[in-house]
Amino acid sequence: MTQKNRIESGGQIDRSQTHSFTFDGKSYQGHPGDTLASALLANGVRLMGRSFKYHRPRGPLTAGSEEPNALVELRDGARQEPNTRATTTELFDGLVAKSQNRLGSLKFDLLSINDRLSNFLTAGFYYKTFMWPAAFWEKLYEPVIRHAAGLGSLSLKDDPDVYDKGFLHCDLLIIGAGPAGLAAALTAGRAGCDVILADEDFRMGGRLNSETFSLGDASGADWAKAVVAELESLPNVRVMARTTVIGAFDHGIYGAVERVSDHMHTPDTGKPRQILWRIYTKRTVLAAGATERPIAFENNDRPGIMLASALRSYANRFSVTADNCVAIFTNNDDGHRTAADLHAKGIKIAAVVDVRSDAPRNYDYEVLEGQVVDTKGRLGLTFAEVKLANGTMRTLECGALGLSGGWNPNVHLTCHQRGRPIWNEALSAFVPGDHLPAGMTVAGAASGEMSTAGALQSGVQAAQDALDLNDEAPALPQAEDAPVNLKPFWYVEGCSRAWLDQQNDVTVKDVKLSHQEGFRSVEHLKRYTTLGMATDQGKTSNMGGLAIMAELAGKTIPEVGTTIFRPPYTPTAIGVFGGRHRGQDFHPKRLTPSHRWAEEQGAVFVEVGNWMRAQWFPRAGETTWRESVDREVLATRGSVGVCDVTTLGKVDVQGTDAAEFLNKIYCNGFAKLDVGKTRYGLMLREDGIAKDDGTAARLAEDHFVVTTTTANALPVYRHMEFVRQCLFPDMDVQLISTTEAWAQYAVAGPNSRKVLEKIVDQDISNEAFPFMACANITVCGGLRARLFRISFSGELAYEIAVPTAYGDALIRKIMEAGAEYDITPYGTEALGVMRIEKGHAAGNELNGTTTAQNLGMGRMVSKKKDSIGSILSEREGLNRDDDLRQVGIKPVDAGASVPAGAHLMSLTGPIDATHDQGYVTSACYSPCLGHAIALGFLKDGSQRLGERMRLVSPLTKVETEVEIVSPHFIDPEGGRLRA
Amino acid sequence: MIIEHPLLGPRDAAEFTYLGDARLIDRPDWQSETAAKDFFEYGYLRDNPAGWHQELWFHEAGDRSWLVITRNTITHEISKVELARDVARSRGRSK
Repeated sequence: MTQKNRIESGGQIDRSQTHSFTFDGKSYQGHPGDTLASALLANGVRLMGRSFKYHRPRGPLTAGSEEPNALVELRDGARQEPNTRATTTELFDGLVAKSQNRLGSLKFDLLSINDRLSNFLTAGFYYKTFMWPAAFWEKLYEPVIRHAAGLGSLSLKDDPDVYDKGFLHCDLLIIGAGPAGLAAALTAGRAGCDVILADEDFRMGGRLNSETFSLGDASGADWAKAVVAELESLPNVRVMARTTVIGAFDHGIYGAVERVSDHMHTPDTGKPRQILWRIYTKRTVLAAGATERPIAFENNDRPGIMLASALRSYANRFSVTADNCVAIFTNNDDGHRTAADLHAKGIKIAAVVDVRSDAPRNYDYEVLEGQVVDTKGRLGLTFAEVKLANGTMRTLECGALGLSGGWNPNVHLTCHQRGRPIWNEALSAFVPGDHLPAGMTVAGAASGEMSTAGALQSGVQAAQDALDLNDEAPALPQAEDAPVNLKPFWYVEGCSRAWLDQQNDVTVKDVKLSHQEGFRSVEHLKRYTTLGMATDQGKTSNMGGLAIMAELAGKTIPEVGTTIFRPPYTPTAIGVFGGRHRGQDFHPKRLTPSHRWAEEQGAVFVEVGNWMRAQWFPRAGETTWRESVDREVLATRGSVGVCDVTTLGKVDVQGTDAAEFLNKIYCNGFAKLDVGKTRYGLMLREDGIAKDDGTAARLAEDHFVVTTTTANALPVYRHMEFVRQCLFPDMDVQLISTTEAWAQYAVAGPNSRKVLEKIVDQDISNEAFPFMACANITVCGGLRARLFRISFSGELAYEIAVPTAYGDALIRKIMEAGAEYDITPYGTEALGVMRIEKGHAAGNELNGTTTAQNLGMGRMVSKKKDSIGSILSEREGLNRDDDLRQVGIKPVDAGASVPAGAHLMSLTGPIDATHDQGYVTSACYSPCLGHAIALGFLKDGSQRLGERMRLVSPLTKVETEVEIVSPHFIDPEGGRLRA
Repeated sequence: MIIEHPLLGPRDAAEFTYLGDARLIDRPDWQSETAAKDFFEYGYLRDNPAGWHQELWFHEAGDRSWLVITRNTITHEISKVELARDVARSRGRSK
């Protein structure tokens, strides 16, 4: 038996099985039911970590999620997780843990030199010390501090585990499965309500598992076990162990993290590591219990010094004692319980030191009136120095010291919706205030009801009140009903290095210093000293700090107030917030109808507005993307090319007011557009800036198909619905997005008609189907389709659409029909090159800062009708003569490049922001012209064609002489379009 | 937050996108003599109350209704949810 501190019998552990684990490379044994902390203590290991700032040796202070000290790096490899609380880590076979925040070994930490330098490292030392010289900060101070700061380290590998998200609905959410939570669940569960009972622990029962008093005829733990078994048998109750409710949000929504697989070596196949639940509940009972608080005195942080209730948990629940000789320091009756329980297990009680003169007497061990004023023991407690009430000193030899300063109700979740707790004099603690999250009732110790009998009763009452139940309440067992007897006592006078916040190494002296330096608000105290800002959020330390502040300011604690509690209640892995939305699954991925076919062609894809679009189609022998793109452009302009343009937004507009509606959303007119015709439309925002552009095809008197850019498909649709519902509610018009309903291909190039004639069932000669025509047609002998004679490339071109299910078949049909013309599929790069060559504006030009005037389309804005943006587009500032105008740009030296984003400056003037005259929005290499070309905006640009300028990009050190030209590089007369 | 959709019942706020002040319904008359000033005020001058506020939400992942929601910006309490079309009509908007 190597577990030298394991008590002979009892406890909620399974002694029939043994788990092996390692800590800092050394092997130990524990049992199922242990936490890492209880198993280490069982093996006589009290030292589990080093403190943040001074690298003081530390052991566990608690036996629960409030733990500030015993933080370890859990697991190894990619699953290594820093700052994991040993006190909540469920032991499993093969567990690997390392101590953290040390240089060298845990026992000989080289950075413990900081402890000797503590006089220089007090509150605010960063602000005071690392100020001068300023240049030292970036080069010296920060790297050194960064290296030394932080606790555990990350693996820097991809997290191999899966995290999930889920949604739950219930009538009653019960947070905490101690006596109050179990009584509430029994009440609501037996009444048939939908109940969720969540507890952060892996064993339901709360303090009942850690106490020795009985409930009726059973032990507390057995009663809890029986109740949980009954609850689990009820189909309307969901019992969720290992589930921390981390936050209370609006309208009865709670966030909860279920640790599905953290108690295992690796998650089972197909199982997530953790699940983030979003729980929608009508009512909530918060039964989160209470947290014991320590007392501050000199050297109160040695391993072996912990909360009295933690010693009791370790002994009663885990059957472990931190040492075989224990002392207690208390200001209330509860501390005496620990002494009695430990004594009953045969552990020697060195003494109970009580600050009160009327402490309960005991004949089994000594009860001393006095205070613990100092301790000894380099890597763990060996002696406690006691100053008795009569002034004499006593030295107690002990390896563990239990502290009990009273209990704080866990009010955190009551404060997540702006609630503030109120002070309870009898408990010397904050209890929930009146302003609770909607639907919440608080029961048990969380409400300040500290006895077991009171907790059970308040749990029943809370469930009945919450759900308005008139059923008979479950019969409650006889239970302990002791009153709270406590004398407020926070810290021992005259001490300096008495630790309040053990994780952030904040002492009583630091709080005093901050007061002396003028920090009066509790929020300032927190930020200046970092009290309560560590991963434990000050669960065991805040009250001590407040009490000292109050004393120094001559105020009461409620006058000083508390800092605000915010979610999450306990540290939460960032992975669980992301769930499955990470890497390539961060966004949904949308595939075009031709995706499978494009994959077969070996296309390179690019993500555009969640769509995967073919970027180019490399062919054997092509070594650069430019080779592929140049070929695609030349082949299209030379013969025929095809491109999937399904991703462009499509909105079906129908109704007798459809044309009038388009008049509202587009700045140019649509009322007079003939049926069977398509028109380019420019959409403005109400402030006069260009919003989007596209085409509207009139398929019937009362039927239009509107297209949008790919990226704006959703925002434009939303805007159109706003105009329809909010501005013109009586227009007879209906909208529906049909982006995904139609597969659409652009077939462009001089041979495009010949190709399509082989597919469509109608006459599409230039006479029958001229430029800008549109029609409902059929293809391949009867399949309904739509044909539009529109062109983005500047060539004779069509866009043909069929229902999406036929999209794959149609691209194959087009390729087959076009084979004799060497039809070439082209991707978004070639599409971009051709539209720049043609001078068509796209997203780079419609960039949220440009107007119709800037785009050279100022005259399109109709003054004869009301349209969104028309009035504000007339503002003086948007209509200056020297405004930016869209221009084409080409390098004087044909071999030079013209980078997008570069700025236009005069040939001789200075190069700076005040002399900036314009900028490049889109640039490419034009295979048709054999040199680089670009579109951009230039002040008064339309009047400056032929002018030479400098194109500069100081950041990338580019300076090129360019000529300003028309933006229409190809076929400026538009002859090809109409061919 | 949970939004009580007048047609669909309680829906999670995640299904909606937010636009802002419901005064955007009150688009000025483009032919008014003071149209330039009216549209400037319409476009740029909004209240930002700490408390009750009428605002426009779009049920984008739902039935595509624009809603006018009366919400307390401090507490997120929602007191009223209406179809924006009904509100627009009640404020005299038509075609």
